[in-house]
Amino acid sequence: MHYDFQFAFIFQHLDQLLVGALLTIRLSALSMICGLAVGIFGAIISIHGSAPARFAVTSYVELIRSTPFLVQLFIIFFGLPSIGVQVDANIAALVAMTVNLGAYSTEIVRAGMMAIHPSQIEAAQALAMTRGQVIRHVVLTPALEKVYPALASQFTLMMLASSIVSAISAEELTATANLLDAETFRSFEIYLVVMVLYILLALLFRLAFWLIGLVVFKRRRRLGVARPRRM
Amino acid sequence: MLAEFSLDNFIFLLEAAQWTLLLSVLAFVGGGIAGFIVALMRTSHIGALRVLSTVYIQIIQGTPVLIILFLSFYGLAIFGYKLPPMVAATIAMTIYSSAYLGEIWRGCIEAVPVQQWEASTALAMTRWQQLRYVILPQAVRISLPPTVGFLVQIVKNTSIASIIGLVELAQAGKLVSNATFQPFLVFPIVAGIYFVFCYPLSRFSFALERKLHAHR
Repeated sequence: MHYDFQFAFIFQHLDQLLVGALLTIRLSALSMICGLAVGIFGAIISIHGSAPARFAVTSYVELIRSTPFLVQLFIIFFGLPSIGVQVDANIAALVAMTVNLGAYSTEIVRAGMMAIHPSQIEAAQALAMTRGQVIRHVVLTPALEKVYPALASQFTLMMLASSIVSAISAEELTATANLLDAETFRSFEIYLVVMVLYILLALLFRLAFWLIGLVVFKRRRRLGVARPRRM
Repeated sequence: MLAEFSLDNFIFLLEAAQWTLLLSVLAFVGGGIAGFIVALMRTSHIGALRVLSTVYIQIIQGTPVLIILFLSFYGLAIFGYKLPPMVAATIAMTIYSSAYLGEIWRGCIEAVPVQQWEASTALAMTRWQQLRYVILPQAVRISLPPTVGFLVQIVKNTSIASIIGLVELAQAGKLVSNATFQPFLVFPIVAGIYFVFCYPLSRFSFALERKLHAHR
């Protein structure tokens, strides 16, 4: 069958797609910051917390990692209103992404903290550092440096997974494409262009993480660098 | 008139879960075959094959599964095939898994010590003999934990097929939730069924990894 590919009209609507892409970037960046905070908090509790707290963190991590992001999103978006908490689609998307990313980050940061050699901690204690100082300067900072590549690849995966929030019509890139598709019925061309946009976004994120790594972790070249964890 | 969540609804969810499992198995088998070819291309000594497979992996790993799904769903339609969502989902999941499995298995092939290549070269083995008798048997062992771990990702990502209307577990959950208006009950049950599939797999992957390291 003959099919005429038409891309010209997409470029007239490119501004709409870029606005969508901007929301994708904003959602991803915000969920990364919040997710990393959850991850650091969770990792510290899962190592230093009391037994019930450790159990709670482990349950959270395992529950999130063994269930699909889409279902987590549905629980937050459709479930919360039924117990009286109204949530906007974009907020629900952000919350779901943070909850999801928080679990993965907890696991990654915890692995980094566990990899710190006990002699480091003993040396810090010998220097009369307090517990908080030890965790902050001796354990957490080098641990984050070590797992930074793994975190970065998890963050990029989250950016790609954010396309799923179009299912609750949070107006990010994929949802914008759905809308454009409904107006023009040029599905294949639209999603091809969106695919290219996502690949560009993934490259952009990788570049950004590389630059952030250079600025934040100046010592990294001298440390053993953790291999990125594969999904 | 809204019906309460009943045993019938639960059975409906379990029936839909069969589609989730079927799609996962098809995606794993299809993705496994294609991924194996990708892994061989990635580790090939022919430069063009390496470049081709690298570009393929970069493109697929830079694209959300949902977009791959839309492309296979609408892409087949414009060539005149009006195929059921299950076929589009199988194709999309196969493409998605092939890129990730290919990259995982490339790592496993490269993890076999280079001396093994050298020793088999010294025995005048051809490249295929080296792969067949020396490298791959060792690589398969290394690849078991990450491969089982990736199965979890496949099972979870089949939920995305609900967006093109395939009535698998997640979509069934949505239908039941719409009928009973008890989303806060239905979706946790759906999540629970996924958990029952995925958690044992991830524990198994973890156990395999420990067993493997113990032997070293």
